[in-house]
Amino acid sequence: MASFTDINALADRTRRRQRREAFVTHACLLLGVLIFAFPIYLTIIGSTHDVNTIGRGDVPLLPGGETAANYAQAWGVGGGRFMGVPAGVMLFNSIIMAMCVAVGKIAISLTSAYAVVFFRFPFRMMFFWLIFITLMLPVEVRIIPTIQVMVDLNMTNTYQGLIIPLIASATATLLFRQFFLTIPDEYVEAAKIDGAGPIRFFLDVILPLSRTNVAALFVILFIYGWNQYLWPLLIVNDRSMETVVVGLTKMIGSGDSQNEWNVIMATAVLALLPPVAVVVLMQRWFVKGLTETEK
Amino acid sequence: MATLTLRDVRKSFAQTAVLHGVDLDVRDGEMIVIVGASGCGKSTLLRIVAGLETATSGDVIIDGQNVTPLEPADRDVAMVFQNYALYPHMSVFQNMAYGLKIRGMPREDIIRRVDEAATLLGIQPLLGRKPRQLSGGQRQRVAMGRAIVRNPKLFLFDEPLSNLDAKLRVQMRAEIRQLQKRLRVTSLFVTHDQVEAMTLGDRLVVMHAGHAAQIATPMEIWERPADTYVAGFIGSPSMNLLPATLLEGGGAARLDGSGLVLPFADGARAGAAGARLTIGIRPEHLRMGQGGLDVMVELVEPLGGESVLHGKLADGTALTARLPGAAHQDGAMGLILPLEFLHVFDGETGKRIEAGR
Repeated sequence: MASFTDINALADRTRRRQRREAFVTHACLLLGVLIFAFPIYLTIIGSTHDVNTIGRGDVPLLPGGETAANYAQAWGVGGGRFMGVPAGVMLFNSIIMAMCVAVGKIAISLTSAYAVVFFRFPFRMMFFWLIFITLMLPVEVRIIPTIQVMVDLNMTNTYQGLIIPLIASATATLLFRQFFLTIPDEYVEAAKIDGAGPIRFFLDVILPLSRTNVAALFVILFIYGWNQYLWPLLIVNDRSMETVVVGLTKMIGSGDSQNEWNVIMATAVLALLPPVAVVVLMQRWFVKGLTETEK
Repeated sequence: MATLTLRDVRKSFAQTAVLHGVDLDVRDGEMIVIVGASGCGKSTLLRIVAGLETATSGDVIIDGQNVTPLEPADRDVAMVFQNYALYPHMSVFQNMAYGLKIRGMPREDIIRRVDEAATLLGIQPLLGRKPRQLSGGQRQRVAMGRAIVRNPKLFLFDEPLSNLDAKLRVQMRAEIRQLQKRLRVTSLFVTHDQVEAMTLGDRLVVMHAGHAAQIATPMEIWERPADTYVAGFIGSPSMNLLPATLLEGGGAARLDGSGLVLPFADGARAGAAGARLTIGIRPEHLRMGQGGLDVMVELVEPLGGESVLHGKLADGTALTARLPGAAHQDGAMGLILPLEFLHVFDGETGKRIEAGR
């Protein structure tokens, strides 16, 4: 049997080991945070200095005194090579686009998945596979014909032109289909006996049951819409319709031109805020939905 | 309150025929239990009555009205599902009220009806809860409440007790029966459990391979099963079936293995001498004693007041006996077949052969 001193020594050793492990764990985490957070930190710091500080090639690590001026310019006037569009306008455009794309995608996917899963009609599986096949054709592949169609329909430089071609979503349809397949047939039958028609059943049963999936998809699709670059770049040439992701890259000149990095960085910080807000807000909703729903 | 008539209901899925023509007359306020092994078509029959499945041919007539072409909602039936199918995102109250709400009933009436049903079932304190916060028995009651509030012509139960544990099942069985008698609602109850069937039904429909093998009261089915399938299915442990041949004159049978001659107590059977028969005897009717069958007992299951003995005859035929008392042992013993309890079936078709020519 071990004596008390031995036991104390053993306990000490365990404590030391636990401390060492905790140290290593936290060191790893801190390193990870640094790698992810440092560029964002630099951006935020950069947006608080005047144009010359960054222009000299210094990389300041502490906030400067030009915060209010930079953000005011970015929000209300814009900056960069072409003295472009105010961030306020671009953010508005981006929010409209991302919102409509996310909501539209969810609406279309919900209804098409509902049709494919709960109804028997001729060529049902063919329609499903047609939707499925479009997964293999991203926007970039069909971009020339899509532009042609939009031009023919006079939809260039409109929100419709910006949004509609991005709305069809095979991924979301597929996800909702898989979810609907897990809904027991007995709910459908109970609803039939209760006298609920297809639309009532959709609104009263399917939609409430899907709200977790809707919340999760909304987050993903909002970010998807927000990050669109190529399509808005092509379909919009009226600068007042520009989205923030496109506008931001247009602010950066090439060659010898002097970039207003302070304003660019302030715009970048502003462009970060809506997606972050969506993630943070919807995440709470999403987790709440997860813990409350039960099948 | 209504009557239900099924006329030659048939159903095929693609090439597979599931129901081969079922006829049934259900009287007002009657509880009919449809019982059978899995795959016999009993659930399909119920779903055809509900309108969830369309019969390939035949008619469903509720209260004199042919409802065959109608949607489930227009048939005025209520159904209790095996998994209860309570909408998980709605409270108990909303679940019970949903059907009424869709039918456009005023809110005060809905509240009153739900309240009445909840009081009847003793689930009033649960009205605000969600289904997942309920126990199995409570969910069962809510599912019944959802059926009751509608005040339908017909109750349909699709194996509603199979998800409950054994004790609760016995309790809910009694509750369902009491409730049905009190409300006097015509009901169809599907189950695979013969004890449930015997205790619940005014009459039973024993289904076998898409046919109604027998439609009769539980006691009639127990006393005079229509064929060897029904004989083996109803009763626990199931009836012993022994191959035999008809003797000259039709007044007795000789068992194949032991050569034991059994004169029929209730009269002669029609048929040529040497015709194949199956003699049935229920385990509880066998008695200890010499001069009958010699059985090698291989397993004794004591049940307290009585014991179930599993054994074999000399030729290897299995035999089960249920005897009073617990003091039984493995080994050889003699069993007497009381003649008044014999059932006689055709050896080829399995149909019951009644006495008299």
